[in-house]
Parts: sequence; structure tokens; C-alpha cells
Amino acid sequence: MSRCTVDDWASDVPDRKLDEVRRTLGGPHPAVPADLSRRAEERGRRLLHRRRVLHGVLLALAVAALIAFTVLAILTWPWNGATPPETAPPVTW
Amino acid sequence: MRSGHEESERRRSYEFEAFVGGAAGRLLHVAALLTCEDAKACDQLLCHALSRAYLNWTRLRGEDPYAYARQELVLAYARRAGARWLHREPRDGRLSRLTAQERLVLVLRLYEGVDEEQVAALLGMPVDRVRAVCARACNTLRSTPPAAAAPVAVPAVAGGAR
Repeated sequence: MSRCTVDDWASDVPDRKLDEVRRTLGGPHPAVPADLSRRAEERGRRLLHRRRVLHGVLLALAVAALIAFTVLAILTWPWNGATPPETAPPVTW
Repeated sequence: MRSGHEESERRRSYEFEAFVGGAAGRLLHVAALLTCEDAKACDQLLCHALSRAYLNWTRLRGEDPYAYARQELVLAYARRAGARWLHREPRDGRLSRLTAQERLVLVLRLYEGVDEEQVAALLGMPVDRVRAVCARACNTLRSTPPAAAAPVAVPAVAGGAR
């Protein structure tokens, strides 16, 4: 029996050996379970719901962080008033 | 707003069912070849791949949902094969004499007709290696015909009196 070499697979020319292996791969077909579509859809919907909840939580966190930062920045902004009295007077020549 | 959301959900469900009706048989065959006809593993792989397709259905606009589902199936199998990647498992089936990696390459190349470059990219291997693994798998498969594939019990060696 002749052996396949790497070169046999380099070309796309359909030959006997290739067809032989293809026939092995073909063959009888297992039956698809009747409820597969329903189960896959249910699982997909669950995953989708989980993803949406996660996105919602992340969005809420981001908004809360933004609000907290803004409030903090307004409250503790260092140069929003006049020049503090203890600051040295500006040097003029 | 609400009705628009429900409408898109219904459309997704409708399109998905049509897709599963057309693609499930072929995907199941791929899963059966990969898992050596292990019905439970097949079902899990297929359910995983299809549910991932459902999850990302709206993102697949303009893409082939079959290729996506197949990719998810293949990657899930590769993850699961993990440590057993390069070892032969004692199962019976058409491809039981191959390793998980050989099975994966052979099925993608010859049953699914995916290009070498795409297989290499999918599995994270160099193209040369894909070609070599495919040739080796083909040789293994052809060296013993399917009829003789059943595992032969090794006769116990008579120890003799000591």
C-alpha cells in the first residue's frame, strides 16, 4: 500500500487516497435529537440574559463612578475661590 | 420600544430555528466524528456551539453562522481535549485510532473542506504542521482498514513455573 506523503495534501487534485479517507469520514449520519433546537435556544437566551444583566451592572457602575468623581471634584476643587490669604503676594519688578 | 424589542427577539428566534434545522445534522456529524460517536459529548458540544450562535446572532450579520457555530464547536472540543490532545483514547469509532489533534485537522480539512490556512489559524498551528498532521492521520487511517479497527485483546503471556 502506497503511503500518503505531505506533498499529496499540498495539491487539491482529488485522488484515490483522498476519496478513500473522505468515504471513511462520510458514512452513516447520527440522528439529530428533536429537542436540540429548543434546548440550544433556551441556553442561548439564558446566556444572552446574563450578558445583558452584566452589561447593565457595568453601565450602572460606570455612571455611579462618574457622578461620584464629579461631586468630589466640585467639592474639593482647589482653585475655585479667590487666592487664599496666606499666599505670598505676586512679585512685581 | 418594547414591541420593537420583542419583534427583534421573535425574528432572532425564527431565524435561529431555521438555521438549526438546516445545519444541525452536519454539525452533529462533525461532533460525532470528533468524539468517536460519544452521544453525550456530541450533544453537549452541539448545544454549546448552537447556543453561542444564538447569543451572538445579531453580531453575525454578514457572516456565516454555520462557520461560527463550527468554530465554537471545534474550539470547545479542543479545550476539552486539553491534556488528551496528543494521546489516543481507547474508544471505538471510525477515527478512534487518531489523536484528538489529528481528528480535528482531518475532519476540518477533508470532511468540512476548510483551507489549510484557516485550519492553522483556528487551531493556532503553523500551516506546515497542519499539512503534516493531516498526512499522518491519513496514513494511520489507511494503514488499518475499518473492519480491523476493533481493539484486539493482547494475549496474556504465559509466565511459566518459577
